[in-house]
Amino acid sequence: MANADYQGAIEDWGTSARRWRTVSAYLKRNPSLVVGAILLLILAAVAIGGQAFIDYRDAAPLSNRPSRPPGADYPLGTDKFGRDLLAILVYGTFLTGKVGLVAGFLGVVIGAVLGFLAGFFRGITDTLISLFTDVLLTIPPLLVLVVIATNIPGKLDTDQMAIIISLLAWRQPTRQIRAQVLIMREAGYVKTAHLGGTSRLGIVFKELMPNLIPYLMASFVLAVATAMLASVGLEALGLGPQNEPTLGMTIYWVMLEGAFTTGLWWWWSTPLIALITLFVGLYLVSAGLDELANPRTRRRGA
Amino acid sequence: MRILQRLLMMVVIIWIAASINFLMPRLSDRNPVEEMIAASMGESGGTMEGIEEAVADFERRFGMDRPLWVQYANTVYDAMTFDLGISISYFPDRVSTLVLQALPWTMGVMLTTTLLAFVIGTPLGALTVWPRAPKWVNAVVPIVMILAAIPFYLIGLILIYVFASRLSWLPTGKGYASGLLPDWSWTFAQSVLTHAVLPAMSILLASIGIWALSMRGMMVTVQGEDYMVFAKAKGLKGSRRFWRYGVRNAIAPQVTALVLTLANVVTGAVLVERVFSYPGLGSLLYQAILLNDYYLIFGCVYMLVLTVGFSLMVLDLVYPLIDPRIRTSVTD
Repeated sequence: MANADYQGAIEDWGTSARRWRTVSAYLKRNPSLVVGAILLLILAAVAIGGQAFIDYRDAAPLSNRPSRPPGADYPLGTDKFGRDLLAILVYGTFLTGKVGLVAGFLGVVIGAVLGFLAGFFRGITDTLISLFTDVLLTIPPLLVLVVIATNIPGKLDTDQMAIIISLLAWRQPTRQIRAQVLIMREAGYVKTAHLGGTSRLGIVFKELMPNLIPYLMASFVLAVATAMLASVGLEALGLGPQNEPTLGMTIYWVMLEGAFTTGLWWWWSTPLIALITLFVGLYLVSAGLDELANPRTRRRGA
Repeated sequence: MRILQRLLMMVVIIWIAASINFLMPRLSDRNPVEEMIAASMGESGGTMEGIEEAVADFERRFGMDRPLWVQYANTVYDAMTFDLGISISYFPDRVSTLVLQALPWTMGVMLTTTLLAFVIGTPLGALTVWPRAPKWVNAVVPIVMILAAIPFYLIGLILIYVFASRLSWLPTGKGYASGLLPDWSWTFAQSVLTHAVLPAMSILLASIGIWALSMRGMMVTVQGEDYMVFAKAKGLKGSRRFWRYGVRNAIAPQVTALVLTLANVVTGAVLVERVFSYPGLGSLLYQAILLNDYYLIFGCVYMLVLTVGFSLMVLDLVYPLIDPRIRTSVTD
């Protein structure tokens, strides 16, 4: 039924109202994209909108009365050190999101350039880039980051954190973009453009780049998710920015202080729920985008 | 050919690891000698000759008098021969001793859970796109796939709260009960098993979905093949078509996926060990980070990277059994 709507909608693709109908018909077929986007938007609203109402200083230690359960004064309670968990939710989600977005963006940019070079020029360029990427892909990323982070002098901040993580965030994008460029440069429309006398640069910018955008989007979401996974992991091991209330650092304090045995359930449940919403949202969006970019994996007969 | 390729890859991995170990302390402003002496002084006062040995070990390792390329060659040689130096925080234990003590714990939990997750997740994923799958599959699989998006250690935190803290069914952490001494008795084995349940569960719950997801993609492709139609036309039973025609042909890329995700599983396991204070490499790594013990940090990282590299090699040996097409192509 939904499928018929969709087919019908494609036929009258034209006016903006019809275009919107097509998009909404597609979104109905791709619920994971919608649900994921909603989860991420809620988090973004809390992280950005909340900053208007909540003071950053409340997320610092000793700023409030310690170990208060959720109530009128503190809607989400305070931790053992007197941090307000509502402030941690707002600013922690913001900082964790920032690290992920910056590192993911850098990773996709580096990955797109490397993948493009490898896929477009092939030959020795491709061999070298692919070998290097493949070897690095078999190394657990967190472990390399641990070695790097332990050697950074002084206290880390979230910007340095993002840069450290982007050092490895380009591996999957490189592979994905390379594979896609290899397929696309053999495609009919590229050959037609070539026969039509379009220059090499023209082919790159007019034919390949625009068609690469959906894949870049999918790579970006995946890179952001991987970067956040790495940053929260590093922080949970105690290698994050000690002075900033990121979600991962909160998990680190929870584990260090054994919040489970002391009965402060609100201390760990807040960052935990925020992180789970974040990762599930990113997963759903990434699955949805994958379906958009890669129709082969579409469910049949749905 | 493949084995040779993989061996070469191992050498490259070891070489990269050794190079990182060589480069990092030189690039950063931190002075390992000073930190090392300070750390040793911080320990009990009576180990003066120990400090000298540690410094001597450092001088030998980073020997400032020797040319840079000799120092580099030494680092690579030490890594190849598994000489990882002396731990600062567990002085005078050697890093290799500590790492080898922790390794069985990590390997035990990792191997069991990875295999279990693979065995459960693969058919589950295949069933999601099988037209005659039981009803419960479509209820269970989305949950399993969403769990796969959550890091292992966060699931571990929830499990600790529910099963250890609230219900007190299982211990909150450690490898075995504190009153016991490691031996081959039944009580000790039982203690080890009960302590392993929650860490294993958190990895298992989160990784079944990983295999289910990749198997689903493969099964979609296989189902479009002519031989599937042919098998149905021949009137073969559903279960036979599912296992012998579908799963059998979709499983080879699944092993490749197993190889690629192994690196992530190891990373996740490190943090799970931290959550449960499980006495494996992850907890050792965490201790080393807390105490700023650079040699021990590198030793743990090195061992885990080698574990992944070694597993990849084993999987490559098994691969021809799963995909016979590889066997025939060995000759060319």
